[in-house]
Amino acid sequence: MSDAFIHFDKVSKAFGIVTVVDNLDLSIGRGEFVSMLGPSGSGKTTLLMMLAGFENPTSGAISVGGKRVDALPPHKRNMGVVFQNYALFPHMSVADNVAFPLKMRGASRSEIVERVTKALDMVQLSAFHERKPIQLSGGQQQRVALARALVFEPEVVLMDEPLGALDKKLREQMQMDIRDIHHRLGLTIVFVTHDQTEALTMSDRIAIFNHGKIEQIGRPSEIYDRPKTQFVAEFIGETNLLGGKVASSSNGVLNVILDGGQPISVASATTQEPGKHVKVSVRPERIELDSPGDGQNELKVRVTDIVYHGDHLQVLVDSGHRSFVVKATRKAVAPQVGQEIIASFSPEQCWIVS
Amino acid sequence: MKTLPVSKAVFGTAVVIFLMAPLFAILPLAFTDSIFLNYPIPGFSFRWFHELFTANAWRWSILNSLVIGCGTTILATVLGTIAALGLRGNSASLFFSFFRTAFLLPMVVPAVVLGVGMQLMFAQYGLANTYVGVIIAHTVIAIPFVVVNVTAALQGIDRRLENAAASLGASPAVVLQQVTLPLAMPGIVSGAVFAFATSLDEVVLTLFVAGPNQRTVARQMFSTIRENISPAIAAAAFLFIVGTVVIAGLVLLAQKKTQRA
Ligand SMILES: Nc1ncnc2c1ncn2[C@@H]1O[C@H](COP(=O)(O)OP(=O)(O)OP(=O)(O)O)[C@@H](O)[C@H]1O
Ligand SMILES: [Mg+2]
Repeated sequence: MSDAFIHFDKVSKAFGIVTVVDNLDLSIGRGEFVSMLGPSGSGKTTLLMMLAGFENPTSGAISVGGKRVDALPPHKRNMGVVFQNYALFPHMSVADNVAFPLKMRGASRSEIVERVTKALDMVQLSAFHERKPIQLSGGQQQRVALARALVFEPEVVLMDEPLGALDKKLREQMQMDIRDIHHRLGLTIVFVTHDQTEALTMSDRIAIFNHGKIEQIGRPSEIYDRPKTQFVAEFIGETNLLGGKVASSSNGVLNVILDGGQPISVASATTQEPGKHVKVSVRPERIELDSPGDGQNELKVRVTDIVYHGDHLQVLVDSGHRSFVVKATRKAVAPQVGQEIIASFSPEQCWIVS
Repeated sequence: MKTLPVSKAVFGTAVVIFLMAPLFAILPLAFTDSIFLNYPIPGFSFRWFHELFTANAWRWSILNSLVIGCGTTILATVLGTIAALGLRGNSASLFFSFFRTAFLLPMVVPAVVLGVGMQLMFAQYGLANTYVGVIIAHTVIAIPFVVVNVTAALQGIDRRLENAAASLGASPAVVLQQVTLPLAMPGIVSGAVFAFATSLDEVVLTLFVAGPNQRTVARQMFSTIRENISPAIAAAAFLFIVGTVVIAGLVLLAQKKTQRA
């Protein structure tokens, strides 16, 4: 992407002999909301810290708005940062914490009061403005950190798991607020989270991290519906991986013989060598039980366990060769443990992962 | 496990008595009306306190101690804090560990050795027998206390707080002034108090570098005890101890306050 606003060009970061970010390319457009998702220790915070200017890349270049920022100290980067541990100033009141960036920018007294009040209203903490951070709960501290990073309306906001300590209701409320602010102010947001639902619902694009590299980056629907690798498929949502061998491929359809001997067809834009071992991924909610249709892949399975989830049932089935998970919607007639049944899914709902 | 609290209490009391007994031995003598520094005390009087504040030698020494103590406190606190800031966080490098050790050296070098060296050097630069000379001498041995206290306080500060301030637009100088120093203040205050106490207490260096005009209370007590053993010493000691307790109390209060905040 040439019109990228934030651009990482072959950026690596090593601490001693450990490479934490590995030759990473990433472009983020102006006003884009990009989430970073990945296992603990995969380098998300380190990437954020390099963007904010607290760590220097070992090699590579970072530019913002077309200008390299490598030599720019953190206080000149004009980015709002919400740290993983909040990093509120313990010796200042909540209001003074939120006022800090405004004071640094020489705002007038009345303007500071007005904007601090507005920011604290947004995070529903107006009643707490005189308290010290230590007198707040974890979730309240997190909201102060959020208000502090947003109050000066920076162009770029970096958030490191900003909603992790909130309960579900408040988290959903804050998600809405952040999205709203994002749209209203046209902020560019880089958002680290462990919550995949949060990433799927809030982001324009999601980057999946693994061992300091981006495994896949794309729109939420691409990431969820067409994960390219086994890692991504398993990291986002649940998946069933079926091993098999390519038998033939013709106009967009691969014929795969599963390891148990059943043939299935897989829609695929790319062709594969016959005889090649492949892994087919299919999401549990894409599999239907006992409603075989035309042109569907069908597997004869036996129900081994049923787990009640309220709005759906998680059904474990066994094809004799492997077991897999089916997410079954609630129907009048629920499957029974031990029952022989047909599991089916269409060729478009499964894909090859590497 | 029941015996543990009992033995703790007994042992604790024993240690406190061991440490405090000499103080309790000397303190009552401050209020004697006799001219001898010994028991039994014939009667109660404030005459030695009166002597302390009227006799010229004592009055001057009290004033000197305050002037030199304050000078030392300011100089040692400023220099020690700067040193602690400079030495911060570079634990691995040899260069820095050399300096870290160098700053603590005055704690272990015998005062007599320092004193002889300073006397020779101060004479060269015209600092012998001056207030500035005494303040510098006291500062040298007071700095380690400031460095140790401030370093400990700085270690307790989460770097991410300073990073946060920087990301919010604070230049390094502003970060220092608005975040680092306020958070390190309890350590700086304890360092300053230690520096003041060190200066008050100092005899050996003072003997070497101070002239008759810079006679401090400690120095005056030292010579009085050799020349004529008068109970004025006990009165001076009493003031010393009360002063120390008050200062220590203030420090505790300050630390409590910052902890609660
Ligand atoms: N200053 C440092 N010195 C040495 N190693 C570091 C340093 N900072 C981070 N690391 C290491 O780099 C790796 C990546 O850390 P990072 O904090 O970026 O992970 P993360 O993806 O944010 O993880 P989490 O989801 O747990 O926050 C970790 O293995 C960590 O131990
Ligand atoms: Mg992290």
